[in-house]
Amino acid sequence: MSEVATRPAPNLLSNGWIKTGLILIGVVLAAIVGAQLDSSGTLHKVLIDPFQQMVSAPDLLVQTVWEGLVSGVLYALIALGFVLIFKASGVFNFAQGIMVVFAALTLVGLHEKGVPAFLAVILTLGVMFLLALTIERVVLRPLVNQPDIILFMATFGITYFLIGFGEAVFGGNPKQMITSELYLPKGAIDAKILGGFVSFQKIDIAAAIIASIMIAALAVFFQYTRIGRALRAVADSHKAALSVGISLNQIWVIVWFTAGIVALITGIMWGARSDVSFALEIVALKALPVLILGGFTSIPGAIVGGLIIGIGEKLGEFYWGPLIGGGIESWLAYFIALGFLLFRPQGLFGDKIIERI
Amino acid sequence: MKQTGLMKGAALGALLAAGAAIAPVAAQDSVYFANNAYRTGPFSGSGIPIGDGMRDYIAMINERDGGVNGVKVIYEECETGYDTKKSIECYEQAKSKNTIVYSPWSTGATLAAIPRAHIDKIPILSMAYGLSASAEGSTFPWVFIPPFTYWDGASVMVKHMANELGGMDKLKGKKLGLIHLDAPFGKEPIPVLENLAKKYGFELKLYPVAAADMQNQGSLWLSIRRDRPDYLYNQGWGAMNPTAVKEAIKNGFPINKLVGVWWAGGDDDARAGGAEAKGYKSLNFNAAGTNFPVIQDIIKHVVDKGKSLAPKEKVGENLYNRGVYNSMLVVEAIRNAQKLTGKKVVNAEDMRRGLEGLNITEARLKEIGMEGFGTPSTISCSDHSGHSKMYVAEWDGTKWTKGSDWIEPLKDEVRPLIEAAAKDYAEKNAGWPKRTESCEKSS
Repeated sequence: MSEVATRPAPNLLSNGWIKTGLILIGVVLAAIVGAQLDSSGTLHKVLIDPFQQMVSAPDLLVQTVWEGLVSGVLYALIALGFVLIFKASGVFNFAQGIMVVFAALTLVGLHEKGVPAFLAVILTLGVMFLLALTIERVVLRPLVNQPDIILFMATFGITYFLIGFGEAVFGGNPKQMITSELYLPKGAIDAKILGGFVSFQKIDIAAAIIASIMIAALAVFFQYTRIGRALRAVADSHKAALSVGISLNQIWVIVWFTAGIVALITGIMWGARSDVSFALEIVALKALPVLILGGFTSIPGAIVGGLIIGIGEKLGEFYWGPLIGGGIESWLAYFIALGFLLFRPQGLFGDKIIERI
Repeated sequence: MKQTGLMKGAALGALLAAGAAIAPVAAQDSVYFANNAYRTGPFSGSGIPIGDGMRDYIAMINERDGGVNGVKVIYEECETGYDTKKSIECYEQAKSKNTIVYSPWSTGATLAAIPRAHIDKIPILSMAYGLSASAEGSTFPWVFIPPFTYWDGASVMVKHMANELGGMDKLKGKKLGLIHLDAPFGKEPIPVLENLAKKYGFELKLYPVAAADMQNQGSLWLSIRRDRPDYLYNQGWGAMNPTAVKEAIKNGFPINKLVGVWWAGGDDDARAGGAEAKGYKSLNFNAAGTNFPVIQDIIKHVVDKGKSLAPKEKVGENLYNRGVYNSMLVVEAIRNAQKLTGKKVVNAEDMRRGLEGLNITEARLKEIGMEGFGTPSTISCSDHSGHSKMYVAEWDGTKWTKGSDWIEPLKDEVRPLIEAAAKDYAEKNAGWPKRTESCEKSS
């Protein structure tokens, strides 16, 4: 007993042992890598083959990046709807998705009733303004100074109300987006480049341009105007903003209305790619990884985050997806976002929250 | 306060008494049929026309004939929103109301109901959806999947490809892509296609679509552009289908080489593609249009009387007519159960016998105003699907037309797989009940 206890254990971790071990591991790894790097090995498929594909068919690479860019801009737009409301009321607006559906259905529904397309757009904006006003009056005002989680739960209520209300008014039948009536272009521009062809859909070009203008306008509006300053004050503290005479109610109506405009544009663009139905609600979920990546409070974050996620998931799906059976982009977006979070927990442009105890 | 409480109590009491008084009368000359519907949610585009067709056929039978041999069919919908969790609540509700048959209307809901139904002894009628293996009647006495399974459909897709290419031997070296919803429904055809690919030497490429990306198929279609499949088979549902049609056009994939499963054959699915969708195809087992006595009767007795939920111009659309076909199976099974048991008001166990002996012949279809309206189908004790023939429908720009002759599934290929899968299911679900129900002869 005592003999065992007093005998010094052989030091397995002495320098000599570590070196030998490392060398051994190195040799084994090198052997594995060597074996895998031939054209059929897994490592070859993951590390080399996708890049070979990119070089051998650059037109497809350009096409993939373009698709990613367009999706990215649209994701950024959806994310912006969330960011605005989060900044103003500290709430993750769960109802953003259904607002997209509601705005698009109102537009198409009005047009079905015989309203000319552009008048329908204006009327829809009016409806979204009324909606913002109602939400502020009925939901938000009674909840001033309540914990954020209460406001968050209230947006669930808004969601279920809008689903029921929308179905009662418009029914569940899918409708076609009135793209040609809104003079949105059709067809594609096929560019012959790099020994292949890249097809740019005109509707995608229009979507990218309109969304970019929208994003730029919002960024300028909230960065350089009095209302924008007020919004940022509200974002910092409801109480402090109230104490210097900022009207919380007014700000809330403005941001919810702006989120409504964003929802309408999102609805038109995604509706044109598919059809207008309650399924569009799911599209808003694409903004979640963007928000995680870009930070909930940052407009540039939403833009850069949208582009990274959009391009990243398309490249990932196209070049690496087939290795594991495809269909990876829905979770790849979160994966990319998590990768960034490891290094910047507050998101790319998010505010660093320092809480002193 | 007290008084209002009392009054409320009295009113409630009166209501209950009235309910009790009505219930026995209703039970004497009616049967109850619960149908899962999804008129809301992301899949409502397909759910609404189907629900309308089912509802209107039953309503027509009640209006025109006063029910099935004088027994009214009480049709009730339970809204699932295509959500499997809700479908289980609907199942429980249907059970408590003594439904004669359970109509799950989603593959997920069917999978959830199969073990329950074998204990509760309620027949499941999953028309051309659900678990393909359940076509094996000796393992699944309570599940019916007429007129065929997804596996039959996949085999017809391969046959259609061979027909166009000029023979089964021409399949060698070709590429077939399967676009599918990444869910139990979407994955159903994979085993059969893999098998057939091996046998006939064509390559199978899989293109899964996550439910969250139904409307976001950009990268999938880029992969299709890279892989250049010769044909595409779309096992899609809901908003996924119009998006696929639009993307195919956008990406320059020849639209006449894109074939949807019968659930991707909605009028709205094809219409989304505009004029360029002309030539889009989908497998089918019912005809579209109103040019059938049965649809004319529905218009006369139900639609024109304002008793339908469907706008008149949607009556006769492809999915509407498929709903009609589904209700026809239910009504014919009731009729058969009445004949077999000699009872007028049948229950769920009688209905199982009625379904198992179901034999919808061309002659019978003609008698009920459905000549050329749908595929004939014969169910037997061991074969609960019938493996009936289907055809390839073609979109002509405004409506669905018959684009091919009737095609028989590759039953010899499909049947062994079904038997193996049924055996596998029974083994994996330990304690799966041995069939004790006696066999019913087709009548």
